[in-house]
Amino acid sequence: MTMTERKFPKLHFWSSFFIVLMVFLAVVLFKRYTQGIGAISNLNDSMPWGLWIGFDLLCGVALGAGGFTVTAVVYIFHLEDYKPMARPAVLTAFLGYLMVIAALLVDLGRPWNIWHPLIFWNPHSVMFEVGWCVMLYTTVLFLEFLPLVLERFGYNRQVHFMHRYLTPGLVIAGVLLSTMHQSSLGTLYVIVPEKLHPLWYSPILPILFFVSAITLGLAMTNVESFLSFRAFGKRLEPKLLRGIGRATAVMLLVYLVIRIEDLIVHDSLKYAFKFDMASWFFLAEIVIGGIVPMLLLFQKRIRRSPLALTGTQFLVVLGIMFNRMNVAVTAFQLGTGSDYRPLWMEFVVSMGMIAIGVFLFSLAARYLPVFPEGPLTNARPKDPFVELK
Amino acid sequence: MSTYALLFDQSLCIGCGACEQACQSEHDQRPHKPDKLDHESFTWVEDLGHDQYARHLCMSCENPTCVSVCPVAALEKNPLGPVTWDAKKCIGCRYCMMACPFEIPKYEWRNPNPRIRKCDMCVHRVSKGLPTACASICPTGATNFGTREAMLKEAHRRLKKYPERYTGEVYGEKEAGGTGVLMLLSKSAAESDLPDNVPQYDMPHLTWNVLEKLPQIIPVWGAFLGGMYWLGNRKNEVAAHELEEQEDRGHDDD
Repeated sequence: MTMTERKFPKLHFWSSFFIVLMVFLAVVLFKRYTQGIGAISNLNDSMPWGLWIGFDLLCGVALGAGGFTVTAVVYIFHLEDYKPMARPAVLTAFLGYLMVIAALLVDLGRPWNIWHPLIFWNPHSVMFEVGWCVMLYTTVLFLEFLPLVLERFGYNRQVHFMHRYLTPGLVIAGVLLSTMHQSSLGTLYVIVPEKLHPLWYSPILPILFFVSAITLGLAMTNVESFLSFRAFGKRLEPKLLRGIGRATAVMLLVYLVIRIEDLIVHDSLKYAFKFDMASWFFLAEIVIGGIVPMLLLFQKRIRRSPLALTGTQFLVVLGIMFNRMNVAVTAFQLGTGSDYRPLWMEFVVSMGMIAIGVFLFSLAARYLPVFPEGPLTNARPKDPFVELK
Repeated sequence: MSTYALLFDQSLCIGCGACEQACQSEHDQRPHKPDKLDHESFTWVEDLGHDQYARHLCMSCENPTCVSVCPVAALEKNPLGPVTWDAKKCIGCRYCMMACPFEIPKYEWRNPNPRIRKCDMCVHRVSKGLPTACASICPTGATNFGTREAMLKEAHRRLKKYPERYTGEVYGEKEAGGTGVLMLLSKSAAESDLPDNVPQYDMPHLTWNVLEKLPQIIPVWGAFLGGMYWLGNRKNEVAAHELEEQEDRGHDDD
């Protein structure tokens, strides 16, 4: 009894916040669909993409990278110890992609035509490829998510069938589709060499985006496990988090080497030490969001404490999100001199999407077998997707 | 066949704005004096001071960046030269606006059913064999219309004949790999408020270089992943098999 009494005010705060945010979102969306994007944003002809593309699309898709990373680790590379993390990662990715699509319905000028890439083809367009990949990958994520629902309603034979015959193919398809669109979000900017500040422009943006997406996916998996532990009292697996911490450190090292090397090759590193605005944003991104957490993650002491580890991983998440925002907004503004500062209503849309995503996640966490403790453990050991005893 | 093109000679422009008016009436727009390119101003004669003017309009690139980036092929390069936009296809992603090196496509920010707006080189006239509205009304011959070949030839003839009038290069001959609007400038591009950092090559190949590699990378990557799955899976099967054998032996001992 005391437990519920103690929890109640907290729940109350978040649910009232959620309701107020949803009311604001509804008003903003009404304005958006009756008066146009200009009525709720500071986007303009010199800044056609802003907060929504930077945060909702670039960060949103990158945050969903945990889905393909963890499923690949578990089902392709057979590190089956990490299996307890697969379902939360798939769920996060699925909801994340749904929210990305929802945000696109706000950002696209003619959202009722969002399906047009299906019939009007332009294979030369990066956006065409991204559109197809996101559509297909969301379908893959739906199929990967489906067993949670089937299991909830007792269709265990169907779940077993899916795991045995569909999961390997789905996971491989998921990795291939993710490879393509995670990198292609970087490729989107390869066509504007004259518009992006040289600290962020690179012909290998696709490689940078792909490697950093994997890094972010790993870091996010940790953060999300910790939050599920705090919010829903789910089991925390310190050993798995430590392993993910080591992998993140290595990925971050690889990413930083590619990133810095690329700047040296293009003779752009000099801009990092001009100590103007671009330089400060860059240094904050690379040092605070990259080098510092990498060095921390290499410390055994940090990895030993779930709290310190999660804090460090959160810094990784922020660092890579900051990179996406810098590419989409800072570097573009510095390169073109565009005038743009997001309007508060733009934040309402972005925050609303996060809130809906978190809300759906908490519903799923409550009503679906997302976290380990489901009945799958008694499946036959011949099934390669069930840990051998 | 060469595409059609416009040749704008800055030294002949007197800033009368006849082209702006003709353009607006040709496209059924509210008559007004533009102060920039926007959703209802497809061309703009900018007063640079000292009786100097710059004309802004869609450059109708030979290999347009906007056409290459559009995910639904709503933007098209008409074989005659104009770059056109199809309302029926557009999803409003605004990638064309992001990508255009001349920052030409504009957007109806206050329209719930927004259109991408830009000069279409009077495609409805050009396809009937008529010059664009701006070229046919220009009283001084500052804006000329003809095949790109002929316009380029004429530009170089003037450059040679009156070298003191111009900066010495034809703006648009190489910009973005060549454009369908050629400009003889008497002031530099920067002074004429035109982008002076446009790459001197056609830009769609920048992203195509990446995209065209996918059909090579993805099958290899897929084969690798499939192989890794098979290897680990086989290990598990062997392990399961050994477990069974052990159990069987255990029964024998009983």
